[in-house]
Amino acid sequence: MSILETRDLSYVYGQGTPFEKCAVDKVNIKIEQGEFVGIIGHTGSGKSTLVQMLNGLIKPVSGQVLLEGRDIWENPKDIRSVRFKVGMVFQYPEYQLFEETVYKDISFGPSNMGLSEEEIDARVRNAAKFVDLKDELLYKSPFDLSGGEKRRAAIAGVIAMDPDVLILDEPTAGLDPMGREVLLSQLVQYHKQRKNTVLLVSHSMEDIAKIADRVLVMNSSKAEMFDTTKNVFSKGEELEKIGLKVPQITKIMSALRAKGYPVSDGILTVEQAFTEILTILNKEGKIW
Amino acid sequence: MEFISAENVSFYYDTDDEQQNSVRQYALNGVDLEIKKGEFVALLGHNGCGKSTMAKQLNAMLTPVGGDIFVDSVNTKDDKKTFDIRRKVGLVLQNPDNQLVASVVEEDVAFGPENLGIEPKEIRRRVDKALKDVDMSEYSKHSPSKLSGGQKQRVAIAGIIAMEPDCIVLDEPTAMLDPKGRQEVLDAVIKLNKENKITIVLITHYMDEAVLADRVVVMDKGKILTQGTPQEVFSQVQLLKKHRLDVPQGTELAYKLKCSGANIDKMPLTDGECIEMLEGILG
Repeated sequence: MSILETRDLSYVYGQGTPFEKCAVDKVNIKIEQGEFVGIIGHTGSGKSTLVQMLNGLIKPVSGQVLLEGRDIWENPKDIRSVRFKVGMVFQYPEYQLFEETVYKDISFGPSNMGLSEEEIDARVRNAAKFVDLKDELLYKSPFDLSGGEKRRAAIAGVIAMDPDVLILDEPTAGLDPMGREVLLSQLVQYHKQRKNTVLLVSHSMEDIAKIADRVLVMNSSKAEMFDTTKNVFSKGEELEKIGLKVPQITKIMSALRAKGYPVSDGILTVEQAFTEILTILNKEGKIW
Repeated sequence: MEFISAENVSFYYDTDDEQQNSVRQYALNGVDLEIKKGEFVALLGHNGCGKSTMAKQLNAMLTPVGGDIFVDSVNTKDDKKTFDIRRKVGLVLQNPDNQLVASVVEEDVAFGPENLGIEPKEIRRRVDKALKDVDMSEYSKHSPSKLSGGQKQRVAIAGIIAMEPDCIVLDEPTAMLDPKGRQEVLDAVIKLNKENKITIVLITHYMDEAVLADRVVVMDKGKILTQGTPQEVFSQVQLLKKHRLDVPQGTELAYKLKCSGANIDKMPLTDGECIEMLEGILG
């Protein structure tokens, strides 16, 4: 059974008004336990609306979201428990910090789950460790942290609820290249250790190419593609048609392939490209 | 003297340390920078390196505590000339939602020239031209709230152009945009530089944007780490990596190949150059 499944999932903003706009149109996807899924699509393609339906923040106009096989809206009173299982980190989450100390902020989620003091404490420390926030920072005001630290504190607040599915909406937006890399490698580590399901919405094709198992491409409210990362980024032309790009390295390698060089399709990282070129040179005995 | 000339500029912010003692944190520490009229300069550096502080110095939003900045030969510390300087150097910021003030696109673009006391007929001409320059004419009567991020940023740029500045400083204007929005804003910026001859200072984290510039300036710890043509700067892969900066993926591949012994004279920056380089190696 898939951990998350959508059936003809649809959402319409401003239904019945002149501003009526269909944001998600009959999306059918299945996400398996333990997967790392990337979600891409240009602004207005329906990514954010889709993920907000996955944890019951907004209710579908039609269709269903199944969490472990059960419709999350089967019993609307239980929707809170869905939100503990499917944790959501919004864009610019640092704007949502509000407590006096970082510790209190991270513990806000777990304390609302009715856990014991010890359990909450363990979760806060564990979550802080996952995002590499040092102990002494826990007792500072969240507003005294640097931008990158604030971002990580906010993410820790969601991780502390120990969700089975973690959804992050552009967690690296506005960070510098190193900050981006650090945060992503922490996410990869977290995913490896916790073995839960992670959904990452991002505009950075390079980041998605590096870490996702599968990629969902949203376009004009529909799920345009949902396939392995390699297969999705092999379709450079189709992606460009819908306002997306492939990573630069993928583009360069596809161009070489088109010119008749024996490179494989769907090269995603600089490492892969490097190995590929060396292999060809070795085969032809042209190694320097 | 060049159009903008920064001489040994330093600037600090007062912050509190852990024990609530006031400490001085230098954001700029002896920066010398010259920008020629009509030039397209990209300013790179990781968060906290001082590049946004530098941007604010260029139009007298902040003034140096040490050293001087001259804009068109006027010292930015001369507060009688502050408004002249801001008319010459416009600033576009990261978040498109924080920069638009009016409820109709064309009124937003007119806000700047209105405040300069320009006569209505001339304002009309400038607004129409500015919107045309950023390819937003068809949205002139729309509400900014209904625009996409890329469109909002272009309206913000139009608002600056309508003041007819000599130079536009853009502080990470594409950080919050999707790939399509980024491209729209970049196209507009390049057009302003090439066709309208407006001097551009573009602060960015995206290396593929920086390679489009005439000159790349890299900042670190409030100082200039290195500068030169994109070719010169991005060839220093090791230096950039050491200072937490990216290089374009094609350049990184070339660097790896070079390190393992490949014969590469010129580091490729664009897709085309990289493909050419690889064809050369593969024969």
